[in-house]
Amino acid sequence: MDWDWEYAIDSLPLLAEGILVTIELTVLGALLAYVLGLVFAMIRRVGVPVLSQFVYLFVEFIRSTPLLIQVFAFYYLLQPAIGVKLSPFLTGVIMLGVHYATYTSEVYRAGIEAIPKGQWEAARALSIPRGRVWTGVILPQAVPRVLPALGNYTISMFKETPLLLAIGVVDVLNSAKEAGAETFRVIEPYTLAGVFFLLVSYPASILVRKLERRVGTV
Amino acid sequence: MSDNLGRIISTLLEGVPVTIQATLGGIALTIVLAFIAGLALLSKSRTVRVISRIYVEGFRGTSEMVQLFWLYFVLPALVGLQIVPLFAGILVLGLNHGAYGAEIVRGAVQSVPKAQYEGAVALSLGPFDRMRRVILPQAVVEMLPPFNNLFIQLLKSTALLYFISAHEITQKGEELRPALPMGDLTVIYAVELIIYLLLAIIITVVMRALERAGARRLGRKPPPRSKVFSSATAGGV
Repeated sequence: MDWDWEYAIDSLPLLAEGILVTIELTVLGALLAYVLGLVFAMIRRVGVPVLSQFVYLFVEFIRSTPLLIQVFAFYYLLQPAIGVKLSPFLTGVIMLGVHYATYTSEVYRAGIEAIPKGQWEAARALSIPRGRVWTGVILPQAVPRVLPALGNYTISMFKETPLLLAIGVVDVLNSAKEAGAETFRVIEPYTLAGVFFLLVSYPASILVRKLERRVGTV
Repeated sequence: MSDNLGRIISTLLEGVPVTIQATLGGIALTIVLAFIAGLALLSKSRTVRVISRIYVEGFRGTSEMVQLFWLYFVLPALVGLQIVPLFAGILVLGLNHGAYGAEIVRGAVQSVPKAQYEGAVALSLGPFDRMRRVILPQAVVEMLPPFNNLFIQLLKSTALLYFISAHEITQKGEELRPALPMGDLTVIYAVELIIYLLLAIIITVVMRALERAGARRLGRKPPPRSKVFSSATAGGV
């Protein structure tokens, strides 16, 4: 079988729909991961009793087990058990967000730990309220430094979205699969899917490296 | 929980050898490719550097899932050669993580102080001996913690072999799922996740032991013995 340009071009509209879904998954999943990760990191840092230990175990457990199984467990077990039925897309967003929040929480933790102790002490000496210490002193210093690491995890997440085809999300790889199933030609759609990932993630990783040089790393 | 318990566990355990083979095979290939590509990134020859860079960025940039599908579904159509699922899995795991490992090797070799090169040159060691006897023994110790993360990432990626029916743990579980009541699903996923967790801890224990041995050989202070669990899971990109 040889590369067929005509067919490759014909399959583009179908792939484009999948590309849109992949991008939506990545953007929404990443936003959830950024927010949830910060919440995890703050709970651990403040040391909320019980909750803090629970978050620690949760983070360690989720990080060391495969996302695919977590997706299955959430979709086939947890959702029926609590009596909800989310769409595969929404399931995907939540699981990407939760899984990557365990990574981003470590990133935030490192970023927060990198803030000198004097900053906390000075804030307390000025009797700034606790909430304001976070929003006015700590986070404005910590967040810029964690941006490159968050960027790297976002790229990783982007490349991991195709595994959601296991529960029927029609992302770019699943679109390629469907195109292939219709015509029995798989070379073009799968290759184009790979090219799409490369076209997004390579420039993105260059941007992250530039950002790293500017703000440093944690 | 029900009488199915024994059957579920024994079926899932049947998948364990495949997961372990995929992990070990993937790790072996990762190490080989990481060293070849990583040292090639530091080559004096521009051509060698460019080829290695294309491999590294190509495999890091395209999704692992796409690579798996490509190797398993496209390659047979292209060259008429169908690869055994486990073998395809090991290839993709190794090629993908080898690309990440190359950067680890490059970084670690570069982190060896320049004086070590100069010392080796002063002792009139050739380029090969310089690398083998002076630079690499020090660089390898630096590589161990990031490789630990990478191997755990690789272990987690073996679950993707579900998509090419390699009969590893994840697939065994999904084969059981449709026929079982809700209560038993809890058992399936709990057992699966615990198996992966245990395998991740084993990898970390081995890597930490290597780290301590390496540090001792170099006459450095060995890293603290603490918390296997937390470093077992410091998964990277």
